[in-house]
Amino acid sequence: MNFKLIGAVGLALVLAACSSDNNNTGASTGTGATAQETGPAPGSEADLVANVGDRVFFAFNENTLSDDAKATLDKQAAWLAKYPQVSVLIAGNCDDRGTEEYNIALGQRRANAARDYLVAKGVAASRISTISYGKDRPTADGDDEQAWAQNRNAITSVK
Amino acid sequence: MRSTMRSEDLPILDDSTAQALRDSFSGFSGAGLSRRGLLGGAMAGGLLATPLSALAQTAPSDQGQAEITVDQARNAPIPIVVPSFGEGLGDQISSVVAADLESTGLFKVLPGQAGVTGVPDFAALKAQGARALVAGLAAGSGSVRVEMRLWDVLTGQQLQGTAYTASSANWRRIAHIIGDVVYERMLGEKGYFDTRIAYIARTGPRHRQITRLAIMDYDGANERILTSGQWLTLTPRFNPVRDQVAFLSYANDRPRVYLFNLASGAQRMLGEFQGISFAPRFSPNGSQVVLSATRGAGSDIFIFDLASGSKRQITNSGAIDTSPCFSPDGSRIVFNSDRGGSPQLYVMSASGDGVQRISYGNGRYGSPVWSPRGDQIAFVRLSGGQFSLGVMAPDGSGERILTQGFTIDSPSFCPNGRVLAFCRQSAARAGGAGFSSGLGMIDITGFNERPLRTSTGASDPAWSPLNT
Repeated sequence: MNFKLIGAVGLALVLAACSSDNNNTGASTGTGATAQETGPAPGSEADLVANVGDRVFFAFNENTLSDDAKATLDKQAAWLAKYPQVSVLIAGNCDDRGTEEYNIALGQRRANAARDYLVAKGVAASRISTISYGKDRPTADGDDEQAWAQNRNAITSVK
Repeated sequence: MRSTMRSEDLPILDDSTAQALRDSFSGFSGAGLSRRGLLGGAMAGGLLATPLSALAQTAPSDQGQAEITVDQARNAPIPIVVPSFGEGLGDQISSVVAADLESTGLFKVLPGQAGVTGVPDFAALKAQGARALVAGLAAGSGSVRVEMRLWDVLTGQQLQGTAYTASSANWRRIAHIIGDVVYERMLGEKGYFDTRIAYIARTGPRHRQITRLAIMDYDGANERILTSGQWLTLTPRFNPVRDQVAFLSYANDRPRVYLFNLASGAQRMLGEFQGISFAPRFSPNGSQVVLSATRGAGSDIFIFDLASGSKRQITNSGAIDTSPCFSPDGSRIVFNSDRGGSPQLYVMSASGDGVQRISYGNGRYGSPVWSPRGDQIAFVRLSGGQFSLGVMAPDGSGERILTQGFTIDSPSFCPNGRVLAFCRQSAARAGGAGFSSGLGMIDITGFNERPLRTSTGASDPAWSPLNT
């Protein structure tokens, strides 16, 4: 997603679009965007994306959580504690430098790593489901180190 | 409409000679078409194959004897003349026969004069440099009868003479069956032209591709889309004995292995698995499916018995064990695992004993598939940011790389093990431009690579067994 476009169209509108578009595909949500005046509904998908951070990133062929990833998941755990009615789906994704089948298992490993961390932080396991899209739902369309880094992730979305 | 036989064109020996020749000539047995169901290629009625009597003075040569070996033909493609089988449908049929033979890289098709119905002019064919001649004549419209004779130009012998009768809607199958007969008589191995390829048709932007289960003839004709594209759909695999594929569907956001009935279009989930079930492949006799299912930080390999519905877990490494594939005798399984740190290839018995690593080259390995001949395992290898398609012996020796590219995956053998289909994808630039996903084929010696064109993007080719 083009952030210049976000600026031009209006943050609230785009976040609404993300919310309706995001069926846990891991395909279209932005990161790091910050809602200000017109904030999304508390406890919503858009709230998670805008104010918490919906995804964590991994190194090549890794499922180890970095300090940055743990910080994001800490915020997700706090947010989930605040909205106990919310259930989430965590989708694991991979870059395209692996085979289709191996990457399905690797993506699941990443989703599980994020889930296990949230559970350790007190989120009930029953509120979290997981899925892996392997390399078939990249966030970034390109094929360079920057795009691959974006695509090695676990994305949390509201069910 | 009934086919019209133009008997005046049929060169006929006196009855007793013809009968004697028929008796001594096993011919190409009639091929029933029951497995070509509604979705796999509609068939109205069967296809009948009957032997034709020989024309020349010499008796037909021994059925079992090949003219030339595949290895010889790779070095020197067999010059073969395939004249038009007649106007309209006849010409279409002979064109497909010629394309089948030419596509192997083992034949060189030479132009020839149409309408050869009697004993050919061998002197002229020799002068042209031809080794063999496929003479044929097609007649009829609603129902078509195709007479085909394969001649050895050097000896003047008729190697094969068969008449095929079928609905003209099936003209491509007649052509492929004739191509297979020529391949087998000339090379001593079964052909693979009367086959299909299941694959995943891909449309839409890179980050959100619409994926549909699809099937087509091995040469790209008769494409058919089988599923709606609502859910992510991957990795079709043919049942070797039934008109059925196993595949991975993300239906209802629960990725699981499903079985798709090609005759009825019905699909059903295969068994109950806690995690994602994926990477299915049938056992050689079609009674079992070996697959993997995610658990914890990895995935385990299971064998699912189709008759009883029971499943047996055969790996439990805690690592990723996936992409299992039976050996053609069913006794062993090759699979992909990162139990040693990086993804590599391993072989074990079908009960899970005696696991041995077989890949030791530079890089990360995956997508192993056992050749139907048993002597090779095809795989992909990722090193230096590039994928390679290769083969090695089941003990890991003799690794050879056949072709390379940005992404290559999903190798699948044709039924005689001589050719691999695979998926080739190009790199995308920012925004997704430049990305393509398509199919290719390559001889297992690494020669004769060619694209297999599809009307949409494509991936995950799975070569069918020979049609029956």
